[in-house]
Amino acid sequence: MASDIQTDISGADAPAPSAPLGDVILRTEGLTKHYGGVHALVDCNFEIRKGEHVAIMGDNGAGKSTFVRQITAVEKRTAGKVWFNGQYVDFDGPLAAREAGIETVFQTLALADHLDVPDNLFLGREIRKFNLGPFSILDYKAMREATKRGLERTGVKIPNIRNTIQNMSGGQRQCVAIARTATFHSKLTIMDEPTAALGVQETAQVENIIRTLKEQGEPLILISHNMRQVMDLCDRIVVWRRGRICANLRKEDTDGEDVVAYITGAKTQPEYDTAA
Amino acid sequence: MSDTSHGVGGLSFDKSKRSLPAEAGVAIALVLIIVVFELLDLVLMNDSFLFNTRENVPGIFNQARLQIIILQVSIIGIIALGVTQVILTGGIDLSSGSVVGMTAMIAMSFAQAGQINGMDNTRAVFFDRGWVDLPVIIPVVIGLLCGTACGLINGLFIAYTKIPPFIATLGMMVSARGLAKWWTAGQPVSFPTPSYASIGAGMMPVIIFACLAILFHLILKYTVYGKHTYAIGSNEAAARMSGINVARHKVLVYTLAGLLGGIAAIVLSSKNLTAQAGMGVMYELDAIAMAVIGGISLSGGRGTILGTVLGALIFGVIISGFTFLRLDAYYQEMVKGAIIVGAVVLDQWRQRRSAARS
Repeated sequence: MASDIQTDISGADAPAPSAPLGDVILRTEGLTKHYGGVHALVDCNFEIRKGEHVAIMGDNGAGKSTFVRQITAVEKRTAGKVWFNGQYVDFDGPLAAREAGIETVFQTLALADHLDVPDNLFLGREIRKFNLGPFSILDYKAMREATKRGLERTGVKIPNIRNTIQNMSGGQRQCVAIARTATFHSKLTIMDEPTAALGVQETAQVENIIRTLKEQGEPLILISHNMRQVMDLCDRIVVWRRGRICANLRKEDTDGEDVVAYITGAKTQPEYDTAA
Repeated sequence: MSDTSHGVGGLSFDKSKRSLPAEAGVAIALVLIIVVFELLDLVLMNDSFLFNTRENVPGIFNQARLQIIILQVSIIGIIALGVTQVILTGGIDLSSGSVVGMTAMIAMSFAQAGQINGMDNTRAVFFDRGWVDLPVIIPVVIGLLCGTACGLINGLFIAYTKIPPFIATLGMMVSARGLAKWWTAGQPVSFPTPSYASIGAGMMPVIIFACLAILFHLILKYTVYGKHTYAIGSNEAAARMSGINVARHKVLVYTLAGLLGGIAAIVLSSKNLTAQAGMGVMYELDAIAMAVIGGISLSGGRGTILGTVLGALIFGVIISGFTFLRLDAYYQEMVKGAIIVGAVVLDQWRQRRSAARS
């Protein structure tokens, strides 16, 4: 699996020599974001390996979503380095990040209500029959078929993919958003509170999809407030507090109470001591 | 339920729950309105509205009336095609009427004949410079550029200064009308060359409208441009997060609306054989009304060109029907206003119903 990893990057774009990229799919070093005087994200060193499911936890305003917006290039980072899939990256915008293989399921569903499932899956990267700039002809058939394959991969069943999003339930919408990641064989999936607005059954459905991704060895970053869900689905938990990382915990070495202690600020791991 | 692999999700899909497309409702409304006028005319005027009642003219339908209905809406219909796309992105264009007036004035001044009945046309705007009897391509290109430029300015302001489309296009509406009056100090511009006059002669406006409607129907349905137009109107934040360059797309949409305004101006001035600074007053509202009656949602993202064409036909039938009943134009305007409000109420109701269902 390490074949497409470029381990010989040199110069300023090289990772620290003490930490070769190896099978790391995403690494950030010193990632920082300021909104004017507000330091929303400070000096974050984070990494996720292939096949790993990592949870990001933290209180509201701790910097979780800000972190996601930097690595998906929805916003431009103030400082710091990012390596993705063995390459130093500085994406121009969200489309470039998606094309490189980072797929995001946003907290606010990034779906267009009046479009159907294939249209939403391919929004911004439509399959074209003839390229005529903005007036390129769409290949609806290819997009429908790719959509069906993507839905099969995630085990999502939607009876009529040509139904518009506005006619679907919250769970179905979330499934469509998640299926978007499967359709494009993403290298890293990020989910920002995918079940926050869902009922019990719908949450179970989304969690099953996440398990399917795990079985297929797809790496995942999951932002969630739900401790049971995180313990069920993830290998590792990284805790944010006031814009900084304050703990990096393997699931086996921790429990719910311990994690809460880090979230609330009762505890900080020694190596992140500057965070307090 | 049993058809989901995870056993949950409530993925019920009941065909009977699906609402008919808005266009079907519009088409039914069109038929109903025609039937009402037919009955009113039979009772009140003892004549048929649509059918041919004269023995010396062949044909089942009253062809002259059908032609008038389509002809009188085709020019505003061309504007409505652009306004439809603007509304689909969740915007609005109030400038189209003024853009038509201004473009008509400018284009017409490059289309004037040098001689009328053997006399020098000394009142031509550019007579002194000798810019008369120019090939028809010159006024046409100038007219198209003029409309496009107005749309481009609208689009740039809306996309890059983030001012609401209502304000940006309101400004253009006032400024373009001012420019139209300034151009000749309020004097009409008349006597085009025969080739310019032929652009809007006879049923040409209808043919041009039909071709443009088909073209933009195909563009909206089958191209990336169309898909992004709907996506932006449907959920602008989602479109941006999906990597669509929303600002650039909006500029394109408003520019195309301006181009269509330019086409309408050329056809209108050619048909009337004159251009006046007051041309196209209130056309923007009529165009918006056609789109709204045709089921284009003012909140964006929903509606089709077919809907707008049907909306334009409803508009034409109502005006023609009132004229046939010999009702005053005042009544026509009052009823027109009521119909616009009614169409928006209907749209809101439809949206609430579909939101409640999901």
